[in-house]
Amino acid sequence: MSLATEFTKGLWKEVPPFRLVLGLCPVLAVTTAAENGLGMGLATTFVLVCSNSLVSLLRKFIPNKVRIAAFIVIIASFVVMVELVMQAYFFKLYEVLGIFIPLIVVNCIVLGRAEAFASKNTLPFSVADGLGMGLGFTASLTLLGSVRELLGTGHVFGVHVMWASFEPFGFLVKAPGAFVALGFLLGFMNLIGAKR
Amino acid sequence: MGEYLLLVVSAVFVNNILLARYLGNCPFLGVSKSMDTAVGMGMAVTFVLTVAGLVTWMVQRYLLDPFGLAYLRTIAFILVIAALVQLVEMFLQKSVPALYRALGIFLPLITTNCAVLGVAIINIKEDFDFVTTLVFSLASAIGFALALVLFAGLRERFALMKTAKAFEGMPLGLITAGLLSMAFLGFAGLVK
Repeated sequence: MSLATEFTKGLWKEVPPFRLVLGLCPVLAVTTAAENGLGMGLATTFVLVCSNSLVSLLRKFIPNKVRIAAFIVIIASFVVMVELVMQAYFFKLYEVLGIFIPLIVVNCIVLGRAEAFASKNTLPFSVADGLGMGLGFTASLTLLGSVRELLGTGHVFGVHVMWASFEPFGFLVKAPGAFVALGFLLGFMNLIGAKR
Repeated sequence: MGEYLLLVVSAVFVNNILLARYLGNCPFLGVSKSMDTAVGMGMAVTFVLTVAGLVTWMVQRYLLDPFGLAYLRTIAFILVIAALVQLVEMFLQKSVPALYRALGIFLPLITTNCAVLGVAIINIKEDFDFVTTLVFSLASAIGFALALVLFAGLRERFALMKTAKAFEGMPLGLITAGLLSMAFLGFAGLVK
């Protein structure tokens, strides 16, 4: 086990929303544009790294019976921090993401990594794991956001990139588009994975 | 009365919590492989979501607001929901064992169902009063159960079909959910 493998496994082999199919709610909800996906991903990464570190440091002191409750309190504290910071400095993004910022608390990825990894491993490994998983999550959200934004509106990060006569598939930025786009993306990832 | 009816239609069909608001998708995709589990999960969520909606509303109104602790909302709500799920579990085990056995594993899982926390937060953000909170929570939960059961029915059929290897399971499940969501989009004109 090396730090590098713990870090990189989150980027492709176990990339959270696609491989483990965990924490789908924000994945579907905020990816109407690449920028929103990126913001949500970074907020989740911050919470993931912080909660992984604290859980790892406290893993010898938390009694086994109440560990889930303890993890949730730790995670919730960091989520409140993110919420307040975003409200103060990134108000526009805060408005767009809305209810999904407090909902990072119940994102299965964060609790899942605390339970499955950080509660059993030392601090450096837990930070590497949290960072890798978080960045994998961010990349996935940004990718899905870009695809939906590109085909749904013809823009990427708010910049018009498609040719002038391009008819956008409007439904991709609406509710059903999220499910369909993610379904196809997962299918294509399986195809690429099968060829290796 | 009319506004409550409108709220119910809007929460069940137009702004369906699963298909339009994207809350609670983990159980939606996780336990929808068979009809039985979908019905069990739907019942458990309906029950907990309604009770949690009311209790968190009271916590916000009588505990957090008077003491100026609104910034602690996320932590307070998740603790309330976790405690509530535990209480409901113990209560059902003692007094309604039949229902407890029917819900089984689904009860503890509900703590991390974001639909519960999501509806609790929406109730506060929309500034609902007590009765509206009750109606909205119950209607959202019914919308959740309806979508879950419909989706499970679709997936039971899909399981019997031959599909492309790469799209088996989750990818096809998601595309199916997309089609279901598209059908629900047809209700959009009902309520402004």
